[in-house]
Amino acid sequence: MMCQHCNHAPCETVCPVLATTHSNEGLNQMTYNRCIGTRYCANNCPYKVRRFNWFNYMGYDKFKNFNPSQDSLSRMVLNPDVTVRARGVMEKCSMCVQRIQTGKLDAKKAGTPVADGAVVSACSEACPTHAITFGDLNDNKSNVRGISQNNRAYHALEEVGVQPNIYYMAKVRNTEDQEA
Amino acid sequence: MQREAAIREPLILGNKSYKDITDDVVGPIEGAAPRTWKILVTLTGLVAFYGVGCILYLLGTGIGVWGLNKTVGWAWDITNFVWWVGIGHAGTLISAVLLLFRQKWRMAINRSAEAMTIFAVIMAAIFPGIHMGRIWVGYWVFPLPNQFGSLWVNFNSPLLWDVFAISTYFSVSLVFWYIGLVPDFATIRDRMVKPLPKKIYGILSFGWSGRAKNWTRFEEVSLVLAGIATPLVFSVHSIVSMDFATSVIPGWHTTIFPPYFVSGAVFSGFAMVQTLLLIMRKTMKLESYIHIKHIEYMNIVIIVTGSIVGVAYLTELFISWYSGVEYESYAFINRFSGPYSWAYWIMMTCNVITPQLYWFKKLRRSLTVTFILSIVVNIGMWFERYVIIVTSLHRDYNPSSWGEFHATTIDIGIFIGTLGIFFTLFLLFARFFPVLALNELKSILKSSGENYKKIDNHHH
Repeated sequence: MMCQHCNHAPCETVCPVLATTHSNEGLNQMTYNRCIGTRYCANNCPYKVRRFNWFNYMGYDKFKNFNPSQDSLSRMVLNPDVTVRARGVMEKCSMCVQRIQTGKLDAKKAGTPVADGAVVSACSEACPTHAITFGDLNDNKSNVRGISQNNRAYHALEEVGVQPNIYYMAKVRNTEDQEA
Repeated sequence: MQREAAIREPLILGNKSYKDITDDVVGPIEGAAPRTWKILVTLTGLVAFYGVGCILYLLGTGIGVWGLNKTVGWAWDITNFVWWVGIGHAGTLISAVLLLFRQKWRMAINRSAEAMTIFAVIMAAIFPGIHMGRIWVGYWVFPLPNQFGSLWVNFNSPLLWDVFAISTYFSVSLVFWYIGLVPDFATIRDRMVKPLPKKIYGILSFGWSGRAKNWTRFEEVSLVLAGIATPLVFSVHSIVSMDFATSVIPGWHTTIFPPYFVSGAVFSGFAMVQTLLLIMRKTMKLESYIHIKHIEYMNIVIIVTGSIVGVAYLTELFISWYSGVEYESYAFINRFSGPYSWAYWIMMTCNVITPQLYWFKKLRRSLTVTFILSIVVNIGMWFERYVIIVTSLHRDYNPSSWGEFHATTIDIGIFIGTLGIFFTLFLLFARFFPVLALNELKSILKSSGENYKKIDNHHH
């Protein structure tokens, strides 16, 4: 499960140092260099989507065999646009904030609004069956807005009241067959 | 002078004079350290060193040396934190609340109970510190002016409330304890012959002269501090409970927590006072001052607070079903029948059944029973926090994210280590500090001392 980017995020209220906050675009942001690592946010997440850096994975010998990025050549597997998180900080899905930022800057240079589909999250891009759609929910004409208004769209654990920004689609069933 | 009913049991036994009280309390400080003390302090010191070693290993390597994982983000760390803070509460209750209610029996136990509070709060404060992933930036929890674009703290976070609650509690308790010590330090100063100890106790006693004006000020300040400390008895553990109560996790999100935590805290705190005092009165020969009546009074507090805790457990269980919330119901079904049910049943046995034994007068006046049950209660109260924290976290909403916590040697080592530090500090206190509020005790000798009460009875 990925971060649901809740609009009433339980993780945000509990952080004593405001390391996780809400952006004006509806993202639940994680500020790694502000995090002191109390893990309260992870405990209070009903989806349990937060992950903690228990060790210094980049430098600890114990992980030499598992972490390819420890030597300078294999280090190139790391995404240059994303900070490598330090020991003792929390992390989670950022909704590819680096891609959103690039998309916004490109649009600004071109002097046009960000077009629907110009920014795609890495998960959405990688999925061969297009099971993941990414976009601006505030844009009336966006693909993702249309999908969110579909009858099949629902929020995971909606009853907890955290108002997620992620929608799931209910499975399509052949109801006629079942009735017969 | 205040008179006390003849049928009331005397608070100071034996044929004691003012000088005897001074001798009994100051004598052990003046003499050489007894052999048992040296052995005990060596043992607890070694345990403390081992604990410090485990803490250094944790700080050097990372939080991953504990048994935590993505599902269970807190376990022994916060369990130990809540347990130690809870233990501290008895000291404040004895010194502040019982002072306001003019309970004279507190005079025999308040000094050591307050020392216990101070040391327990220090032990508690270790855990929120070392449980942080990056302790070196831990000072960010304080609302300090800074140059990071003036980043401020989050006043919505219960962890921040904890910072204020615990630091206020610690400072008020420390000042209260110290004010009480001043006249007693002066008594030690006046008796000391060796120049260095005399100098040290002289500095510690702030030039106390024993004049009537000193005593008036002393009593005024004590009363004011008792007034400030009394709300803290209730607020501190209420705020600690809000770490859980304000969350969205089934088993944590409970409005019953503040009163339930406060009574649990007093319950475990009194149990710890019993454990410490029963050893202390025996080894330091203080049986005339801390006797069966004192033990019985404390056991009555244990019945009351223990029963409140028991009612809270059952209420929680009932409400989890009555609420109709399936997550909530499951959290409790999982508590008593899931993988951690052993911890739940240890908690239920130790905390619900144990205090009920004290309805029997014979049991609550028995030193052996009291000593054993005082330890049983604290085992139960440790498991209460463990159950609340671990069983609520390990299975919450999504079965896909369920997991289990298993303690590592470092988890255990640090907890045992804090016990070592705590007992070392308490032993140092017992060696160098007046363990009874001797000047306060003198004020009740003529009204509640056994020999004086006898003389009184002859007159009437």
